[in-house]
Amino acid sequence: MPAVTVRDLTRRFGAFLAVDHVSFDVEDGEIFGFLGSNGAGKSTTIRMLCGLLKPSSGSATVGGVDVGRDPEGVKRRIGYMSQRFSLYELLTVEENITFFGGLYGLDDERIAARREFVLEMAGLKGRERTLTRDLAGGWRQRLALGCAILHEPSILFLDEPTGGVDPVSRRHFWQLIDRLSAKGVTVFVTTHYLDEAEHCHRLALMHAGRIAALGSVAELKGIFRDRAVVEVRTSSPMAALRALDDLPEVEKTSPFGTALHVWLKPGVRDTAALERRLDQLGLGGGSFEFVQPSLEDVFMDVVARESRAAV
Amino acid sequence: MRKALAVGRKEFRQIVRDRRTLMILLFVPAFFLMLYGYALNWDIRHVRLAVLDREHSTESRKLVSAFANSAYFDIVATPASMREIERLMDRGEARVALVVPEGMTRDLQSGRTASVQVIINGDNANTATAIFGYAQAVAQGVSASLQLELAGGRAMAPPIAVQPRIWYNPELQSTLFLVPGLIAFIVMISSVVSTSLSIVREKERGTWEQVRMSPITTPAYVVGKTIPYFFISLVSAFLIIAASMVLFDLPVRGSWLLLLLAVSVFLVGALGTGLLVSTLVDSQALAFLIGLLISLLPTFVLSGFIFPIASMPAPIRIVTYAVPARYFLVALRGIVLKGVGFGTLAPQFAALGSYAFVVLALASVRLAKERG
Repeated sequence: MPAVTVRDLTRRFGAFLAVDHVSFDVEDGEIFGFLGSNGAGKSTTIRMLCGLLKPSSGSATVGGVDVGRDPEGVKRRIGYMSQRFSLYELLTVEENITFFGGLYGLDDERIAARREFVLEMAGLKGRERTLTRDLAGGWRQRLALGCAILHEPSILFLDEPTGGVDPVSRRHFWQLIDRLSAKGVTVFVTTHYLDEAEHCHRLALMHAGRIAALGSVAELKGIFRDRAVVEVRTSSPMAALRALDDLPEVEKTSPFGTALHVWLKPGVRDTAALERRLDQLGLGGGSFEFVQPSLEDVFMDVVARESRAAV
Repeated sequence: MRKALAVGRKEFRQIVRDRRTLMILLFVPAFFLMLYGYALNWDIRHVRLAVLDREHSTESRKLVSAFANSAYFDIVATPASMREIERLMDRGEARVALVVPEGMTRDLQSGRTASVQVIINGDNANTATAIFGYAQAVAQGVSASLQLELAGGRAMAPPIAVQPRIWYNPELQSTLFLVPGLIAFIVMISSVVSTSLSIVREKERGTWEQVRMSPITTPAYVVGKTIPYFFISLVSAFLIIAASMVLFDLPVRGSWLLLLLAVSVFLVGALGTGLLVSTLVDSQALAFLIGLLISLLPTFVLSGFIFPIASMPAPIRIVTYAVPARYFLVALRGIVLKGVGFGTLAPQFAALGSYAFVVLALASVRLAKERG
């Protein structure tokens, strides 16, 4: 039985359809990524799955418990950590652990045992009495994660868990997530960092309340199997972008950092047409390089297609 | 229960560690008490008096010295003319002037009533009324003794003499009347504001969401959250009562146990009000404003603290029934000033209890709804 099953899950806020007949499964021990821009419906979905928000229609089970019928049962089985690392700043590391343990109804013995585990995991040994507000972002994030798994839930929900944390801490954090997953914990994570999404076993791209694409990272990148992407670097990228967009060989263009990404039409295999065009306009001398499409490309492509379909 | 205790312990630690909040909860109330206790005082003493005595007789001097010897008046000037009096009054150097005209003694001896003039600055109507009352009282005292003298020693007692005895507050100190009101006022504001801020702060910081995700029941959370504030506010309330006893000679004539009970029931209602506010708003600034508004105004205006409820128009009188301080004040004044027992105050206790129950129920329902 999958850890999470979602069938036609729908949530309306008045006339606004925040989540529109969404269906998917999350397997046991899987790291399942939920991707989408703000307002795509990620948070609404996660809130329904955590028993905070009643679905308007459809159903979902988490750990075998129906979220609409027994939200409290769901809360007992899951761990939850939000982007704000919600800890009490005026409490020490130890006191935060004790409080969250108490909130989940753990007895003193169990809290003591789990405290050791969390301190070890977060690398906070020796800092038990530090006030949480004096901890740097990465430590705080790991402590918040520790507090979310004190009661050893089999399913962990992470809502944009790495916001405002330096890259080293982010990598460290993902190592912890990988370790949890290896021990059989199912991890459901929302993010808008596309590089983080590469850590996920499977990904769902959410757009305008629907799941626009779902699969492993490799599968999603397969969307571009028959189309090549060229990264173009030139001195005036915006002018080049407009010029290349009109070419018959080009499907579309988009800015990518300080460079451009140019999608070639299926069948087009070289950059000759592009080079010619830029030379004509006096924008020549740039570099042209075929690149692996990134998840960001996939994401932009899916969103663009969905938007066109909506019109 | 275990979970409620965890919440209570955590909340208590937070308050204790947040020195500023703790100081605000414990000592600002006492500070307020001193501020208001000394400022809110209707007793008028040492009124600056100018005296123009045109008579210079034994009798007129007797009248003037009666004014000088009373605690109410200080003679600050002895002008020689009406013009000078006008100048003194205009500049505010004197608030009241006494003019004894020529011929006072003659009038008295010929059995006529002698008139003396008292000029009062009426810019503050309350003060003017009080001064008028004092002046009359002083003059009456003198005229009674003059009457005796003029009658040549033949005791001619007035036909009816009123012998007033003022109970509970024999010196009619307005502070004794005001201090219980102040206690109610301060306790209400500090407990409503502090509890309403405590939950809204969690909403702002995001910890509220974390708590919502956990399997704690709403009542357990509310109980856990309220307990520390209850005890801290209780300590604070008794600090103010102690301060009132030292600073304003507030007597506690009734039972301390009953006083504890009254303060406790009132506090639960106040804390419930704070919780209710916190379920309705999402920002600390708004919570503070609303908390202040719903605790300050009704407690100040509609509780009988300053303005007697009996003299309010009927619709407003009806509103006062929903103001918990109204009942608490009756109970508090009853216990500290009159020393009455539970039997007399049963209706007040019932009303306070009902108020606490209703707001706590409303707050629980609202919180449960919000937790989803």
